[in-house]
Amino acid sequence: MVRNALQRLLQSVLVLLGAALLVFLMLRIIPGNPAAVLMGEHADATVIKRMTEELGLDQPVLVQFFRYIADALRGDFGTSFSLGKPVSELMASAFVNTLILALFASAYAWILGIISGVIAAVKKNSLPDRLFMGASLLGVSMPVFMAAMLLQFFLGYQLKWLPIAGTSDWTGFILPAIALGWNSAGSVARLVRSTLLEILEEDYIDTARAKGRGQMGVLMVHALRNAMLPVITMMAIQLSGMLSGAVITETVFSVNGIGRLAVQAISSRDIPLLQGTVLFSAAIVIIGNYVADSLYNVLDPRIRKEA
Amino acid sequence: MLSNRERKIVERFEKSRKIQSAGSLRSQIGEEETFFTMMRRMARENKLAVFSAIVILLIILAAILAPVLTPYSYSDMDLMNRLSPPSSAHLFGTDEAGRDILTRLLYGARVSLLTGVVPTIMSMLLGALLGVVSGIYGGWLDDLIMRLADITLAFPSMLLAMVIMYMLGDGLINVFLTLALVNWASVARIVRAQTLQLKKTEFVEAARVIGVRRGKMIFRHILPNCLPTLIVLFTLNVPAAILTESSLSFLGLGLQPPSASWGLMVNSGRQYLYAAPWLSLAPGIAIMVSVLAFNFLGDGLRDVLDPYQKK
Repeated sequence: MVRNALQRLLQSVLVLLGAALLVFLMLRIIPGNPAAVLMGEHADATVIKRMTEELGLDQPVLVQFFRYIADALRGDFGTSFSLGKPVSELMASAFVNTLILALFASAYAWILGIISGVIAAVKKNSLPDRLFMGASLLGVSMPVFMAAMLLQFFLGYQLKWLPIAGTSDWTGFILPAIALGWNSAGSVARLVRSTLLEILEEDYIDTARAKGRGQMGVLMVHALRNAMLPVITMMAIQLSGMLSGAVITETVFSVNGIGRLAVQAISSRDIPLLQGTVLFSAAIVIIGNYVADSLYNVLDPRIRKEA
Repeated sequence: MLSNRERKIVERFEKSRKIQSAGSLRSQIGEEETFFTMMRRMARENKLAVFSAIVILLIILAAILAPVLTPYSYSDMDLMNRLSPPSSAHLFGTDEAGRDILTRLLYGARVSLLTGVVPTIMSMLLGALLGVVSGIYGGWLDDLIMRLADITLAFPSMLLAMVIMYMLGDGLINVFLTLALVNWASVARIVRAQTLQLKKTEFVEAARVIGVRRGKMIFRHILPNCLPTLIVLFTLNVPAAILTESSLSFLGLGLQPPSASWGLMVNSGRQYLYAAPWLSLAPGIAIMVSVLAFNFLGDGLRDVLDPYQKK
């Protein structure tokens, strides 16, 4: 079990290094010297040459890469071309916003998803079941930007309940959180419903009923506990997805998070910033997958015994 | 390492494989079931999938027949009629340059369908090939391909698409390439897992014993047996590609005006969201309808093509 966990940890670190190398190479393929871009159109050749040396861009790519990794391990991701601040500092403040948004979104998505999924499963084919599943289908199929714009239009513009964009206070996080969590709520509800329906057919549920357990007891103690297994891993993966930067949601609602930072980096051709944000996001996804897999192993006694 | 979702697909496949190798599949269904009879069965059992197939056909027809269906051209401006609400002359209203929105939707369907289908075919070909090679040859090649897949999947797909677009630059072909490069990895992993399962079956064993070469084995025995899964994956990956393209265009990183992709239309309508919401709403609904239709069809196909799921 411990050996397995360590093995997977090592593999995750290797994947992260590979991801870093891939991003590094991709951003080096682009024609044009970043130093020249940085200095502007009118800089003369000697200045550009000095800048190139200063940034280490005259070194072989692999040397640059290992230097970058060594710096990154010390928390130094270089300096943003466009904003002139250390990338690590920019990412840290952006991550706070992304974190608040992700926690808001996932909390509401999970509560809504689990409750409506359970009701839908217990009252299969009833009106609430159809309503919830219809709504969750909308959640799964609606592009995030659509949901975001509809929220802005109705709750922000017409009813004026909540700010349309910006996060000057915590109410600014509500609309983006609803937009971001809508999708997850839908998929959690569907997953809870289908696993619960499967489990309610199992023999041990009949046994529990035969022992005289009430409906609530059967549901909470016997069914839901087992149904949560796939749901929890799905939630871990969803959370890491949100934490790695909700590009669209953050852009539409002007939330200064990791995803918006990446978009800004692209539009201002800011390579260190882009590199930093993309790597950071990949790291979050990799950690999320690792945690999800570990949770699965820890929570499922069948796998626990095998390992 | 497979994700839980992928593991589920593989597990289901393993079980279906067991049924098949026991020779009970055909008898279980009753008779030899051809692709055609399977489709008939789906038509009988799953009305929603049939309805979705019809919707998809209608969208394809509308995209092809766009010039016949509408009297306007997709770039004709009419500045006297800017931002006019839906009316009998303009069923879905006009946009900020007085262009007919329905017309642009029809032409946009061409772009959006293409960006759904072409990159998906590319990523399926690439993924299937790499997955099969990985599973058949094993060894360092397998390790290399699978680590590449792991690395690709480590990025949030939206961010990876943004970086690749940034690297390649604008243009329709580059959008195709980007979407293909983002989506090949999960196809490769699923096909590899299937290949490993197929390698254990008697008929592949038999083929190997009589000396069928590995190259031939791939095309004769492995890939044809992966086909049902590939068909299902195709119908589920097309809407994903449409969504990614529209998100990229929405951010202004995908296609550039004056092309009329649905995502681009939503994006340009965003500035007029409060004065003329139909600008963004119409293409947004078009995206949703087509994504839903493909997903329903994919679910329906999975139900008939996947022998284990059938009750």
